Amino acid sequence: MKKLLDIFFPLAVALAVLGLWEGIVAARQIPPYILPAPSAILAALIANWSSLSASMLVTIAVTLQGFAGALIAAIALAILFSQSRLAERALYPYAVILQVTPVVAIAPLILIWIGFEHIDRALALIAGMIAFFPILSNAVQGLKSTDFNLIDLTRLYGATRWQTLVTVRMPAALPALLTGMKVGGVIALIGEVTAEFAAGSGTASGLAWRIVESGNRLEIATLFAALALLALTGILFFAALSLLEWVVLRRWHESARVYS
Amino acid sequence: MLLIADHLAKRFPNGVEALADLSFALNDGDFVSLLGPSGCGKSTALRLIAGLLAPDGGAVTFLPATPQMGFVFQEPTLMPWADALTNARLPLDLQHVKRGDANARAQAALARVGLKGFEQALPRELSGGMKMRVSIARALCSFSGAARPKLLLLDEPFAALDEITRTALNDDLLRLWREDGLTILFVTHSVAESCYLSERVLVLTPRPGRLADDIALPQQGERAPGFRLSPLFLDCQRRVSDALGGAA
Repeated sequence: MKKLLDIFFPLAVALAVLGLWEGIVAARQIPPYILPAPSAILAALIANWSSLSASMLVTIAVTLQGFAGALIAAIALAILFSQSRLAERALYPYAVILQVTPVVAIAPLILIWIGFEHIDRALALIAGMIAFFPILSNAVQGLKSTDFNLIDLTRLYGATRWQTLVTVRMPAALPALLTGMKVGGVIALIGEVTAEFAAGSGTASGLAWRIVESGNRLEIATLFAALALLALTGILFFAALSLLEWVVLRRWHESARVYS
Repeated sequence: MLLIADHLAKRFPNGVEALADLSFALNDGDFVSLLGPSGCGKSTALRLIAGLLAPDGGAVTFLPATPQMGFVFQEPTLMPWADALTNARLPLDLQHVKRGDANARAQAALARVGLKGFEQALPRELSGGMKMRVSIARALCSFSGAARPKLLLLDEPFAALDEITRTALNDDLLRLWREDGLTILFVTHSVAESCYLSERVLVLTPRPGRLADDIALPQQGERAPGFRLSPLFLDCQRRVSDALGGAA
């Protein structure tokens, strides 16, 4: 019953908002190139489904590539930082610089360096750059937050650094790493979209480009349809990563426990 | 003789001088308590002996060779993602003992501390006392059948437990000490606990810790059921309390 209510209330809110939107557009006779009604957006979604769904798949694929690259690089660097204070001191500031530099500012450079003939690689790299820092900072924090007594125990029992890392530090870092992955996964999508906008016309074929294209043609209903699919993609990323977090942590971590 | 702590001194980078000139010796098979007020350097002394900290002065010498060592912290210090068996097995896994042998030894250790049937339980599914039992089982797993002496270091392991659990674990610890021929160095701030468990109580001064008194207690072997109410036990407590008061 409780689960049904969890679904019912958000659904009721969505239906109420959409109904109100439909009513206002009809009552005030707002032109569709300013604000299309939800029914018009649905019609545009159905009419353009083949091109929009193909763009959605491109966006998902490129974002996943960027996210996977960021995940591998961030975990490798976090492990290096946890093993070497010198490496952390030398390299961490550059990771921060990468994070604080607006991606819009460096996207054109990356697009030029990688080349517009490899646009997907450039978009994936930009998405990965955006996702990289939250994963890195959370992974570093997780690896450093291991119970110090547990580390002492492994030392007492003659563990190598690698054994301590694999046996104790990495499992202890999982909750923080998964939090970083959730944040990184969602903003990787933002990075991909931003990169597509920066790439401009005739190159990218993801949802962001469909938005630009629809805007240019004043097909605002199609623009909204692409926007809705983009939001849906973000929700799918977040839901998938939340599910992963729940599967990994549900048996032992407090964050995965459910209170009534 | 098993170990000699010779003029141990330790000052931390924040300027706190935890220990100054602490000297004592342990014989193989001793059960010795290290007693003193909070912050007097008891835990630091234990970590110096375990080799987890380096002394700024003095030295720890093991005779004739470094013994097998187990350590039990004030908190159970378990891996929350791993079940009781995996936690108990940790020293064996780190020493690359074959999984089958390691499981058998860990199961036996858990059974000895009263946790038969709880092998698959996660730490969050166990009570505070049961978690501490897993921690003791893990320490037991760090001892092999080799002829080298077995030194068990315990850092206020029962301080956070209720009185009933604490009493039961005291008796379990005494049983393990007798059965396995362990040498135990037990840090506590409880006069009653030190008198119940040990053959000797080393009383430390407030920080920086120095040895204020080395009190040999008459009780040996198994404690009779009414031991805690006996005049002998009360006399031991009085002697240790007086020494503690004098040290302060």
